[in-house]
Amino acid sequence: MRRFADLHLRIPQQDPVKAESMIRKASELGYSLVGIPLAPNASKEQFSQLRHICSDAKLDFASRMNLSPRNSNELLQSLRRYRRKFEVIAVRCDTKDVARQAAKDRRVDLLQFSVTSLRKRFFDEAEAELASQALSSLEIELAPLLQLTSFSRVRLISSLRKEAATAERFKVPITVSSGATEELLMRGPRDYAALTTLFDLPMPSALNALSDNPLVTVERNRKKLSPDYVAPGIQVVGRKTGD
Amino acid sequence: MALEAVSEQPLDEQIVLDAVQASVHRLFGEYGASKANLKLIKNIPEKRQTVVCCSHKALEQVRAAIASTTSINGEAAVIHVLGVSGTLKALAKKTETN
Repeated sequence: MRRFADLHLRIPQQDPVKAESMIRKASELGYSLVGIPLAPNASKEQFSQLRHICSDAKLDFASRMNLSPRNSNELLQSLRRYRRKFEVIAVRCDTKDVARQAAKDRRVDLLQFSVTSLRKRFFDEAEAELASQALSSLEIELAPLLQLTSFSRVRLISSLRKEAATAERFKVPITVSSGATEELLMRGPRDYAALTTLFDLPMPSALNALSDNPLVTVERNRKKLSPDYVAPGIQVVGRKTGD
Repeated sequence: MALEAVSEQPLDEQIVLDAVQASVHRLFGEYGASKANLKLIKNIPEKRQTVVCCSHKALEQVRAAIASTTSINGEAAVIHVLGVSGTLKALAKKTETN
């Protein structure tokens, strides 16, 4: 049976009751892993509390950090500081400079673009070429698609259609996430897969974008964060004790 | 297709069907709505479920339209698809196990 993941569940950190109910809803809707964004200064207690709520709801929890750097230097600094703290790193690319740097950096997992200002969507062929040689995926959030109305929604769907086609052509993985801030914006994985047909993403790719692609990202990063990881393809399989 | 409408106010099955139809119309226009061929089959009030049928060729479009519903009668609401099947018997089995 296919496992589904929602890598961007934006639970309200200041409202634990609502946060817990959103996590439970994600489990009811059929997800097996959720990625929850945390503040850079999140305490270990917050991590363990979320992990505990998720395990109660029979969900796997992945910690996520959303970076919104103003330039590429700031991005590099943030990556150096936070990469080893979080399981998923998403970069909001508001400038072309940041978008290009994020696409070629192997420490970046997800590339996010503005949904309101379509001029700031820099996922073109050059960006896709860079991303295809690194490990980053294009993240498509579906909550804005539900919230926007009339012409702004039409324009967003049109942009997403172009970007999804470019990503498919350059074999850049696509990750679909909810970006939901409340329960009413949460949908089941198959409903999200159906929504992606609006921008002509084929159904098998849509299902991969909700299951295999995010799960592979989290799995890869967990391996990297483990103390046994040495370098790509090299890991400690056992330690000699004594002597 | 078994649907569950979540809203602050209890929703009548006809209101749910109208909301789905309006959503299909908004997203795919009159041509798309004519292909969807949506019909109300039954309502199961104790389970808060509404069963509707649609053309299997338009299933993904109808699902997308259902997922894009954010309000019914001006109030915030959401419709979840609980199960999809070709027969009512299999649908009942599916929604029981879910």
